[in-house]
Amino acid sequence: MTPRLTTLVIVGLVALVGSAPLWATPYHITLMIPAMAYGIALLGLNLLFGYAGLLSFGHAMFVGIGAYTTAVFTSKLGIRSFELVLVASAVAAALFAIPIGLLTVRYVRIFFGMLTLAFGMLFHSFLFKFYHLTGGDSGMRVVRPTLLGQDTQELDKIAFLTGPFFLYVLALLVILGLVMLRIVHSPFGLHLKALRENARKAEYLGVTVRRFRLAAFVISAIYCSIGGVILAVPTGIADPELAYWTHSGNLIFMTLLGGFTNFFGPILGAFSFILLQDQLMSATQYWRFFLGVVLALIVILFPRGLMGILESLMARFSRGRS
Amino acid sequence: MAAFINILLGGVFHAAVLFLVAAGLQIVFGVQKIVNLACGSFYALGAYFGVTTVTWALKAGLPPFLFLPVLIASGVVLAVIGPVIERLLRTVYDRDESFQLLLTFALVLMFQDIMRYFWGANPQQLGNLVMVYGKVGAGGVDLPVYNVLVIAGSIAIALILGGFLQRTRYGRILRATAENRAMTEALGVDVRRINVVVFTLGTVLGTVGGAFVVPTSAASLDMAVELVVEAFAVVVIGGLGSMRGALAGALVVGLMRAAAIALYAELELLSIYLVVILVLILRPSGLFGKPAE
Repeated sequence: MTPRLTTLVIVGLVALVGSAPLWATPYHITLMIPAMAYGIALLGLNLLFGYAGLLSFGHAMFVGIGAYTTAVFTSKLGIRSFELVLVASAVAAALFAIPIGLLTVRYVRIFFGMLTLAFGMLFHSFLFKFYHLTGGDSGMRVVRPTLLGQDTQELDKIAFLTGPFFLYVLALLVILGLVMLRIVHSPFGLHLKALRENARKAEYLGVTVRRFRLAAFVISAIYCSIGGVILAVPTGIADPELAYWTHSGNLIFMTLLGGFTNFFGPILGAFSFILLQDQLMSATQYWRFFLGVVLALIVILFPRGLMGILESLMARFSRGRS
Repeated sequence: MAAFINILLGGVFHAAVLFLVAAGLQIVFGVQKIVNLACGSFYALGAYFGVTTVTWALKAGLPPFLFLPVLIASGVVLAVIGPVIERLLRTVYDRDESFQLLLTFALVLMFQDIMRYFWGANPQQLGNLVMVYGKVGAGGVDLPVYNVLVIAGSIAIALILGGFLQRTRYGRILRATAENRAMTEALGVDVRRINVVVFTLGTVLGTVGGAFVVPTSAASLDMAVELVVEAFAVVVIGGLGSMRGALAGALVVGLMRAAAIALYAELELLSIYLVVILVLILRPSGLFGKPAE
């Protein structure tokens, strides 16, 4: 696809999603909120996985940090400005990600995965066990935030979520998507790709490997925490399960489902995962089994995910035409 | 003092079970270079299947004191799933290890619902069968004989496994495959068969571990994902791929956990992960592992 066509398709899709309040049921609109939240989180995660080639099994921790920051701000401190919560959670994520990143980016491959898993579980067991601080397994309440200083208490919950909050989250997704697009096309993003292909060669060429990986780690953490902030608002609770290692696994699952080799793959992955999960959950109580089957099929047959399938269909189509 | 010894013994019991699962993880990683997240699922499956088999056998008239052999047998029977899953994993042997890890994660998801399908969401228990063998104890120290048997059984398995890997011809071939797969294959070893054998062995170690633990605590759906992280901790502390490491790591994690629960329950898991992170920082290859790259 030419860049202009891609831009057109993306603008069209954003307009389609943005007009959802006009044509979709409230149920489907509320379903799109977590999809967009995961879309943001996965954009960050894929900078690490797809571009830097590091598989983290602990990024649910940062989703948890976002959710708990929202809870602490809105229900403990009484600060309900959503913008402040976003900034605070990004700062909190960075504060955690810098020391953790410093330790973990020294490793690659399986060791990186295991070390991030250990840190993630450290955070989870803190959330889970320190009941008096975090509410333990019952989590921490999240109060509805104010958007751009506007209090929306007069709206009922569905009206708030499907109206202002939905559009706000979509705007966030677009802005953070554009920022990430800049990042991956900047020299920094190209350096990361070079690192993934051949770290030693990149080092000889003067790339400071660890510094680049650390930067990618911190950016991915910030994106995940923003995803966590958005996830916490509709559910009204920050839950320790958000930081559990299987949730990290699900994040990677979604990225792979959409296709980690394509910039937009993670967003497609988030939407299709939420849709798939919703359909499966209403069809059977054994939905995890079928999710597992889908993941296994993706891993074995379509490692480039849905975007990979689309790309090869498109390539076949344009070959057939010329 | 007695309280201290009780904590110690509780830790050793947990370590004995943990060692089995971790040993399964290690042998699969050592030879096949796959980190198997589903090892916890094998453990949970072993526990559930153990409950079912023993309950059935007791109903069929088995004298209660014979339940331990039946339990072990039920764990061993589950070996049949090993080759099936190995067949699935075979499709990704030549892929990046991220994909192998994710395929085992898919297995975790599938097994969770397979167990929910057969045994429901409620935990399954074996009643008070542990007490069939009575207790030993002196001076405030109090230990079910069953726990002693499990610890002894685990030590026996460790010795047999060690002897098998170190002394037998097949064990040498396995170690050679772990060391250099291509060269071993070039020397005429059927590495595909080795993969099946090793994965099945890894599976059985997990299922027997699960079977061992079920008389003392209920089988639940969460035990799979909970144990994986502990088994991970064990292999990181001990060093990936090392059997001695699995033993040392299991003891560290088992004792740590028991001590933390006794002293300050909030620290139970936290302390384990702290040790893991400490080891990874100070000695990245673990206590007994070979330095990576």
